[in-house]
Amino acid sequence: MPFRASQKSFWNNKKNTPWLFLLPGLLFFALYVIFPIFQSFNISFYKWDGMGKAEYVGLKNYQKLLNDRAFEISLWNNLKWLVLYLLAIPAGLALALFLNQNITGIRFYKSLFFFPFVISQVVVGLVFTWFYDPRFGLLNELLSWVALGPISVLGDPVLVTYGIILAGLWPQTAYCMILYLTGLNSVDPEQIEAARLDGAKKFKMLWYVIIPQLRPATFIAFVVTIIGALRSFDLISIMTNGGPFGRSRVLSFYMYEKALSEHGFRMGYGAAIAVVLFFIMLVFIGVFLWMMYRQEREQR
Amino acid sequence: MKNILVKSIKGLVAGSVIAAPAFAGGHLSGDLELVVGMSNPAPRAVIEGMVDRFGAMHPGLNIKLTINTRDTMVEGLRSITPDTAPDIVEWYAANRMTPFVDSGLFEDISDLWAEDEFVNNLASTKGAMTLNGKQWGVPYTYYQWGVYYREDIFKELGLVEPTNWAEEKANCEKIVASGRACYTIGTKWLWTAAGWFDYINMRTNGFDFHMDLATGKVAWTDDRVLQTFANWRELVDMGAFVKDHQTYSWQESLPFIVNGEAAAILIGNFAVSPLREAGLSDDKLDFYQFVEINPDVEMAEEAPTDTLHITKYSKNKEAAKEFLRFVVSAENQTIINAGSGLGQLPVNSQASIDDDEFLNQGFKMLSSNSPGGVAQFFDRDFPAEMASVAMEGFQEFMVFPDNLEDIVERLESARGDIY
Repeated sequence: MPFRASQKSFWNNKKNTPWLFLLPGLLFFALYVIFPIFQSFNISFYKWDGMGKAEYVGLKNYQKLLNDRAFEISLWNNLKWLVLYLLAIPAGLALALFLNQNITGIRFYKSLFFFPFVISQVVVGLVFTWFYDPRFGLLNELLSWVALGPISVLGDPVLVTYGIILAGLWPQTAYCMILYLTGLNSVDPEQIEAARLDGAKKFKMLWYVIIPQLRPATFIAFVVTIIGALRSFDLISIMTNGGPFGRSRVLSFYMYEKALSEHGFRMGYGAAIAVVLFFIMLVFIGVFLWMMYRQEREQR
Repeated sequence: MKNILVKSIKGLVAGSVIAAPAFAGGHLSGDLELVVGMSNPAPRAVIEGMVDRFGAMHPGLNIKLTINTRDTMVEGLRSITPDTAPDIVEWYAANRMTPFVDSGLFEDISDLWAEDEFVNNLASTKGAMTLNGKQWGVPYTYYQWGVYYREDIFKELGLVEPTNWAEEKANCEKIVASGRACYTIGTKWLWTAAGWFDYINMRTNGFDFHMDLATGKVAWTDDRVLQTFANWRELVDMGAFVKDHQTYSWQESLPFIVNGEAAAILIGNFAVSPLREAGLSDDKLDFYQFVEINPDVEMAEEAPTDTLHITKYSKNKEAAKEFLRFVVSAENQTIINAGSGLGQLPVNSQASIDDDEFLNQGFKMLSSNSPGGVAQFFDRDFPAEMASVAMEGFQEFMVFPDNLEDIVERLESARGDIY
């Protein structure tokens, strides 16, 4: 009975097992991630209000993007987010080194520092909105002590993006700190001892002995920070709604406004923005993965 | 967001779906499904009350009510498919209906508007419900806009209600000299600034011009539009508006008028309720119609109308139409727009208006002193995309009036894309 035999070999074949286990995941990934990506590509070539007939317009949406100043501002803001958000990594490392000591109550202090990561982004946004408030905010209260201010951080077209990034850095630093704290636990004490015997101290010890051992933590910190920077949507939505006059928008927020918000009916245009954002992320993550890969190979 | 907020226990009831008991009887039968965005306490109580009373009149009808938040209404409407379509949905009047009329979601109910009740008693809102010469829904409430001001501050400074632009500015100068701002405003969500544009443009160039601008027939770089901005700028340069308004929502801007740091606010009647709750009694708060600017144009007012529509895919259009007749009936209009309900203006001319200082003034103004016409509000009269770009420009103009040239050019290029 050849049929039966072949069936048996399929189910029992060890080569097939991983694929069987992967199958449900792959199916859903294809349906909910891969397929929508191509769907977005397709929609970006149309003029469509989301309900009626879609009209094919070729690359017109992309041509419009080139002359759209709001798009340009969003693009620059995205870059600011990506670059400045990375400050969370050294800041988190510094905090972790500071907190990595054995004194009474250290667990309590650690949890205090970790606290901002636990609360929701919405709350972080609200807290910072009040902190920046031009009339009763703590920031202007502090500035008035040194005879400065008042400044309206969230009302200023130049300062606003930096103000929101700072709000985002608060929980992100805590996240990176936790990653490094766990990383520090696995640092090999024998290596530190050996380095000490060789006369390595302070900064040299940190740079040549500790940090290389923290590479896995750095990798994760980098990835989550990049992703966090690209997910800045909620903070912007809570703190400024993209304002004043659109100066704090990033691409994801602009896409939402154009396509999905109360006044947004331009699905094609929104999809074109999404495609651009997709490629930016692809380049960023691709370059990073390549760098990681090269480093790993050098080590071998 | 633009709805009034009245605290009511009933609004706290968590369940958003009510099924009226399906007893046999009455000539209507089957299912009737409504999806509305009346999630604030007062509107929620109103729609639930209407469904209850209508259900009692038609026991054979099985009514299902779903209450969404206002913010998710547009997503809800966009995601309707023929199979899942409710019978009745809530939306706004005028141009805001366009996408759903064009996509064929809204049912043409011109036949309803030809009935005696509509012809005789609902004529004032017919224009707002008309697109392409047909009617696409019914209004259930509307409210006036105007200047709400601190009566006691005006008395203290010896000011009287202004009637023209010169008086308005003279008043404002005195208010600014007393260390206050003339007007509080919060432009974080942009639309409040559009209220100022609407009024100054309608007073400078008239209602018809305003509508020509709304329909894309006039350029934003037109001298008449620039004149509107020039008038507006007089106030901006005077320091008439509170500082840093771009960081506040309209609710966050109310404390300025409550504390007496600002003397007035241009807003819809929905702001009265929170102002009263904050402690401004009727002897401290009063209302006047936005002043005349150009004596050659007729006064026109802003009166946003909230509406109900039948979907094209409704499987029970007979019952849906009966519900709309019930909603606009004089009796129901009196009940739902009373102070115990929405506290707004009834759309049926036979309905009685709650005896309220502001509703009385608003009704008088709209019925006898708005000959030029009645606008819906900037983001309901103008196409959605134009509105979002323009409102952002207005906010920028109020903070950096020097950017005007750049702003109008941006709006003009958006006009080229949108119409």
